[in-house]
Amino acid sequence: MPGKKPKTRTIAVDLVARVEGEGALRLTVQNGEVRDVELKIFEPPRFFEAFLQGRHYEEVPDLVARICGICPVAYQMSAVHALEQIFGTRVEGPIRDLRRLLYCGEWIESHTLHVYMLHAPDFLGYDSAIAMAKDHPDLVSRGLRIKKAGNRLMTLLGGRSVHPVSVRVGGFSRVPLRRDLDALHEDLLWARDAAVETVRWVAGFEFPDLVQDYTFVALTPSDDYPFNEGPVASSRGLHIPSCEFEAHFVEAQVPHSTALHCTLNGASYLVGPVARVNLNDDRLSPLAREAFAGTGLSLPIRNPFHAIVARAVEILYAIEEALRLIERYDPPSSPSVPVTVQAGTGTACTEAPRGILYHRYVVDEQGLVREATIIPPTSQNQRRIEDDLRAYAPRVLSLPDKQAALSCERVIRCYDPCISCAAHFLRLDVTHL
Amino acid sequence: MQPVRVIGLGNRLRGDDAVGLHVARSLRGRVGRQVEVIEGVAGSLDLLEWIEGARQVILIDAARSGQPAGTIHRFDASTAGIGACLFPSSTHALNVVDILELGRALGRLPPQVIVYGIEAVDLRDGEALSPAVAGAVEQVAAQVLRDLEDMTHA
Repeated sequence: MPGKKPKTRTIAVDLVARVEGEGALRLTVQNGEVRDVELKIFEPPRFFEAFLQGRHYEEVPDLVARICGICPVAYQMSAVHALEQIFGTRVEGPIRDLRRLLYCGEWIESHTLHVYMLHAPDFLGYDSAIAMAKDHPDLVSRGLRIKKAGNRLMTLLGGRSVHPVSVRVGGFSRVPLRRDLDALHEDLLWARDAAVETVRWVAGFEFPDLVQDYTFVALTPSDDYPFNEGPVASSRGLHIPSCEFEAHFVEAQVPHSTALHCTLNGASYLVGPVARVNLNDDRLSPLAREAFAGTGLSLPIRNPFHAIVARAVEILYAIEEALRLIERYDPPSSPSVPVTVQAGTGTACTEAPRGILYHRYVVDEQGLVREATIIPPTSQNQRRIEDDLRAYAPRVLSLPDKQAALSCERVIRCYDPCISCAAHFLRLDVTHL
Repeated sequence: MQPVRVIGLGNRLRGDDAVGLHVARSLRGRVGRQVEVIEGVAGSLDLLEWIEGARQVILIDAARSGQPAGTIHRFDASTAGIGACLFPSSTHALNVVDILELGRALGRLPPQVIVYGIEAVDLRDGEALSPAVAGAVEQVAAQVLRDLEDMTHA
């Protein structure tokens, strides 16, 4: 339509297919410039936070596991750590190791799903994993088999592969035998080699050139790569315990979204694999460090498209860590430590596959939940996704609407947004004013 | 002999989305010993593992195509894909049709695959099925039993 462009044009592209959950993005463009970026999240009004009120603390791990089908362990772990903080429960030794091991299973499953089934098709020019599988069945089968190693860990420790049921405050309802874990050894060894290949594979993709000045935020324990614990640190010098989280990270309602946006000092920040690798690279396992060094990328990673490489490195880390934990496993005499119920407030941050997951609970003397606050990683990254899109969108505006929208989807997908935790529909609208 | 599997899919906490699970549950104890009944989470790639190694698979899931609640769709996906976009992706990455097509691309589909879709109307949080959808549960269960009978005689 040369010379007769309509004043306002809106196109909508469904994003449901390859983003976990649903939401919507609106880009407003005027005279070739991006005027506004709004990631809209339609959240069932904090259903779970209300749902938890009045529940007994023992029910909490099983209830929060239902929030997300992809990262139930993260929800369980943040919950039990926060509740244990209230009760003064200390979980150490093999039970602590088993929690890390369960988290390894979740990272392997979640990251492999994203790298192979959801994200790699973007770089190889396919619109879905199905189309990719037709041309590259061996690659897709490799991904499925790595993921299966994670499934087996989850099934063994969690009682089943989705929505694990064995996690409780104080430990587990049951723990595996030595020989149960030994049975996973061979699968994990295979998966470790496959993960090394995966890092090499994704590092060879062609990445759009988009470098951003991020504030990275991750847990930074002194000895381990982060899963269950550690101070919350930023690349700009913040270093706080989880109980101070809400004093620094502010959740606020924004008009275009029913989910809350979280900011640090009024600005966006980044959580997830890229932030973790950037802040904890010296605590990666030997092969993971070597594999990362082989990618030729330098730290800090500042291109959002490189997240697929960080995610692949973390798959390798989680597999190596699982092998290490299994090697030294000595079953505890009891699957959990005793819990003394008392009233109080407890907080915890753990590292969900997509980044920091914060929980705070207020519990009364009967052990009933009075108040629950949950801040998932995706709502923390939302503002950051908008900022990336603001920087990226100008270069795709000359493309036809559909292509422009697909390019923006790719930026969003770098974050592996688990919008089911925070929303229920994701579409992309580009409005040209 | 390779098993026959009946797999109900859904989310128990999302209203009518759970209808496949209800059908699977109602079939427990009513099928032969060589038939395995599975109640699974919709959208999980685990489905590929559940169908693998079976000689026949019957899947039951909630469908959303705009038809009246409780409408029963039946497809034979053994040799060709189900073109229609009947199944909601809801909060999951892949729906049942996507996962079957992935299985087909990888050569991992059983020789016979039947898919039932039951029109859902209410996917809000909660455990109850809406009346029309609840009414379809027994009808589908009876039809699955007939399918199993036909498979035995085939």
